[in-house]
Amino acid sequence: MNRRPFDPRLLRRVPAARRDLALLTLLGVLAAGLVVAQATALAVLLATAFTGQLDRAALVGLLAAVATRSLVVWAQGAVSARAAATVKAALRDDLLGAVSRHGPGWVAGQRAGQLATLTGRGLDALDAYFTGYLPQLVLSVTVPVAVLGRVLFADWSSAVIIAVTLPLIPIFGALLGWQAQAATERQWRRLSLLGGHFLDMVAGLPTLRAFGRARAQTDSVRRMADGHRIATMKTLRIAFLSALVLELVATLSVALVAVPVGIRLLGGGLALQTALLVLLLTPEAYLPLRAAGSRFHASMEGLTALDDALTLCDSAPPAPAGHGSTLPDATGEIRFESVTVTYERTTALRDVTLTIRPGERIAVIGPSGAGKSTLLNLLLGFVKPTTGRVTVGGVDLADADLDGWRQQVAWVPQRAHLFAVSLADNIRLGNRDAAPAALAAAVHLAALDEVVAALPDGLDTLLGERGHGLSSGQRQRVALARAFLRDAPVVLLDEPTARLDTAAEAAVLASTRQLVTGRTALLVAHRPALLTGVDRILRVEDGRVTELTPVPAGERR
Amino acid sequence: MSSGTSSELVVLRLARPYLKRLIGAGLLAAATEFAGLALMATATWLLMTAAGQPPLDRLTVAIVAVRALAVSRGVLRYTERLAGHDAVLRLVTDVRARIFDTLASRRGNPHPSGDTLSRLVSDVEAVQDLLLRVVVPAVAAGLVCVLAVGLTALVSLPAAFALAAGLVVAAVVLPGLATALTRRAGAELAPLRGALATDAVDLTHGAADLAAFGATSDALATAGQRARRLARLERRLAALGFAVDAAGVLVAGLTAGTVVYVALGTGLDGVLVGVLAVGTLAAVEIALALVGAARQWTGSRAGLDRVAHLLGTDDAGSEVARASSGWHGTTTAEPSLTSPADPPGPERMVDTAPSVRFDGVTVRYRPGAAAALDEIALHVPPGRRVAVVGPSGAGKSTLAAVLTGAVPPTAGRVTLDGRDVSTYPTQELPRLVGGLLAEAYVFHATVRDNMLLGRPGADDDALFSAATAAGLSDWVRAQPDSWDTVVGEEGGQLSGGQRQRLALARALLAAPGMLVLDEPTEGLDPAAADQVLASTLAATPAGHSVLLITHRLSGLAELDEIVVLDAGRVVQRGRHQTLVATPGWYRDQWILQQAAERGYLTVSD
Repeated sequence: MNRRPFDPRLLRRVPAARRDLALLTLLGVLAAGLVVAQATALAVLLATAFTGQLDRAALVGLLAAVATRSLVVWAQGAVSARAAATVKAALRDDLLGAVSRHGPGWVAGQRAGQLATLTGRGLDALDAYFTGYLPQLVLSVTVPVAVLGRVLFADWSSAVIIAVTLPLIPIFGALLGWQAQAATERQWRRLSLLGGHFLDMVAGLPTLRAFGRARAQTDSVRRMADGHRIATMKTLRIAFLSALVLELVATLSVALVAVPVGIRLLGGGLALQTALLVLLLTPEAYLPLRAAGSRFHASMEGLTALDDALTLCDSAPPAPAGHGSTLPDATGEIRFESVTVTYERTTALRDVTLTIRPGERIAVIGPSGAGKSTLLNLLLGFVKPTTGRVTVGGVDLADADLDGWRQQVAWVPQRAHLFAVSLADNIRLGNRDAAPAALAAAVHLAALDEVVAALPDGLDTLLGERGHGLSSGQRQRVALARAFLRDAPVVLLDEPTARLDTAAEAAVLASTRQLVTGRTALLVAHRPALLTGVDRILRVEDGRVTELTPVPAGERR
Repeated sequence: MSSGTSSELVVLRLARPYLKRLIGAGLLAAATEFAGLALMATATWLLMTAAGQPPLDRLTVAIVAVRALAVSRGVLRYTERLAGHDAVLRLVTDVRARIFDTLASRRGNPHPSGDTLSRLVSDVEAVQDLLLRVVVPAVAAGLVCVLAVGLTALVSLPAAFALAAGLVVAAVVLPGLATALTRRAGAELAPLRGALATDAVDLTHGAADLAAFGATSDALATAGQRARRLARLERRLAALGFAVDAAGVLVAGLTAGTVVYVALGTGLDGVLVGVLAVGTLAAVEIALALVGAARQWTGSRAGLDRVAHLLGTDDAGSEVARASSGWHGTTTAEPSLTSPADPPGPERMVDTAPSVRFDGVTVRYRPGAAAALDEIALHVPPGRRVAVVGPSGAGKSTLAAVLTGAVPPTAGRVTLDGRDVSTYPTQELPRLVGGLLAEAYVFHATVRDNMLLGRPGADDDALFSAATAAGLSDWVRAQPDSWDTVVGEEGGQLSGGQRQRLALARALLAAPGMLVLDEPTEGLDPAAADQVLASTLAATPAGHSVLLITHRLSGLAELDEIVVLDAGRVVQRGRHQTLVATPGWYRDQWILQQAAERGYLTVSD
């Protein structure tokens, strides 16, 4: 990872952080001046002490410099933490906003998990970067410059030694950093394989136990963990080498400066005060560079999170979805006109032409992965046709007011997401002000009455994350209740009874039939039981849609 | 506090085998820090003595010392870091093995969820942090502080007191303050951070639901509000936290000033005053490292507690305790599910089935809760094939769990050939009874290794016939690596159906005397499900018993007996033909499913 220590995109994306970062730079300059002032005062104090005298002015100066420095340290911390908080809040807003701009098609699957982690805890790693690394980064520029200037003023020959050795730190740091990085990359596959083994084994413990092999695997876990240790040590030997060289450059420079200065003192060619000043200042020149280097590693996680976040925000498509102005009439005909949908690797639908008349109930069947869900996603505007178009009442969905259109659609997905709010609020999704009577009716129609009665606080019961606490059948009925409450002319159902037991399926089926009555309905059917009472059956296979005439059950064997 | 302290003790007790290495690392760390301090002090002495213009040979020792200290500090640091990491990584190896062993030997406890699992990995890292970033630096700083005070006392007692006072503030008071503040900040931030994480999950995983129902902007506004509230709180807490660092700078300067003032007051030689002043600054700086260590410690506290809790309950005579004196085996570290230390036992296939008997078995998961199984009495003679059906929540999976010893009965007992299931050793029981249980796990390993888990040492012919019966062999043959195809983490490279088939093939390969199959065709479409069920039953060796748990009723006609469970009780039993002709749950479901499936078959013709 060739990561720059500061990402300029940050300033563009979060302008609010500019002021804090400028302030941080200013504080860095101030801190550098104070380092020089403190060393100067201490040198004067000690040079006078050499004669057995106490230089009161120098002592007061030293204490004043220290007190001011401590204030600057506090301000640096507070300002950098403020910048971190500002940036995190802004990026969180941006990331979650990107979700709504890109639409659910973009966020589906793996990206959802990545985004959730990044927006949640991932960005908190920025704290270490902002409060630990960034102030050091500023100091690693200002302090060496200030020290070098002061030493040059006092004793130019020592300044030359510092000026020559100082660049060695970043140079060696970079050289050895590449080495360490290459070593880590060589080992990466092995490290991640060995590191993941433990988790894999623990996650699969019930299965290991079922085959009587749990205890026998302890040795394997130990062997793999030991392999992990050996591989890690290999990379560490190189990684620590860089620290060794940096440490050596810094300490040897002190020796390089101190010994000649001492010998010149011996010859009387230098004042003690100057000599002490040079000695006290020399290590200060190297300190921030090394501190920044050692904290860079700890802030890597934060930088990676920052990079991910900025990349995600910047990858927004130019035209935000759903801002067309024409409102389609949901009581009109729905037409697919030569629609082809191509995803990254696969073609989900090929040249589909289809008309859904108002009030028709249509079932869609076909093997999984054939493109059934894509039909529904097109109608919801989650997916755009690669070629062809979808119209509702003559209005192309690509130009339509999607929010307005979705208001006229009730959707029951395969696996509805339940939110960590009350059950009532889950049902009232997008319909916050629904009347209690309407809510109660929806609960009843979705066969949720018994479920509600069994919950400790009834409809006001708070659900856990992702609806934790409800069974699949119950969750599916919550999704149906949402659809009932929506009371929309168009209903889209995506395998509403998949993963349900027969008993739960019976309850959901009854509600489903009631829901589609009198509405235009498109129903993806996984179970045959859903096919009764539909007007037409479509079969999707390999992206192509064909029409089937239903044969009522029992007429044919 | 008391429970917290004992967590560290549990970890330190685990570290006992590596104590020498750890002490070595601690001493090296102390030497490193001391070399830095000595370098500055000696250099000061060199300059101030030189100012008195003595003959050059008085300085030679100091010149050599300065150069030697400059080199040794870097070398010492390198050695210390390698030694410390080596010792701690060895300990972590131990901790992982112990955690695994503890979890593996738990019987009947519910398995931790996904979140808990991934936390386990970072918890192990907390152990690493405790030693590397807290204990070792703290020991080093403590030693250097004592040494510095001692050496100062040789020169000037009052100055030593001043230094000691400064060091106590830097090494005890400020780290204590930092601990308290960090802990408070954590407690205040945690609920808000948790709520924000939930918001993020809702907005991403629930993006489609929100968009479809036009609720995105409301949810965004709520999350944004929470993010800003969190930011305000973070700012306030950080301002408080960094006051400790500011105080550290102040303490260093004040202590140095006081030492100079006191030393000059006692008429100490000017050169030594200089040495003491510079040494004091360096010593306080070293002590202040403890502030960082204290923050680190507070941060990894929760993880430590969890690790200690997990391991603390299992301290006596664990099998790993014997091995924990250091692992010196050869490390051919390739992931494998079959270890050379495997007992030879399970590789043989049993050729007889046990006589299984449930005697008044009742299971309650919590006291007072409805019984998952309610006084079940059931006898399965050797060689019999039984299906267990019933609505969801009837207790079907609990029946399998009790039979395989995963869940102990609250009352009653399950016996195999008259012997209680709980008395069988955990390695032996799966040869008699087992198979495909709920939530079968597919490991990040080759198809072969995943299957061999069922019967290590099985040959390719056995592998092939088991895979064929489960309908997996065509897929395996289509893969470039065939049996050596690695399936991704948690079987991610496989589709749901292939995963199920792989788990089924593994169970068939294991071929225990009584094969338990919990929903073996879940996730397969009806036609494939019928085919796989038929070939699975055909592939079960003659004489072996089968317990088939299913919610689909087709394909059960050939089974010897069907048991219908409802609310934990046996409500009907008999052969398919009989049950279909008898009014009851089975007949109702059969008619419903048949009607539905015939309709489907008609349509898909």
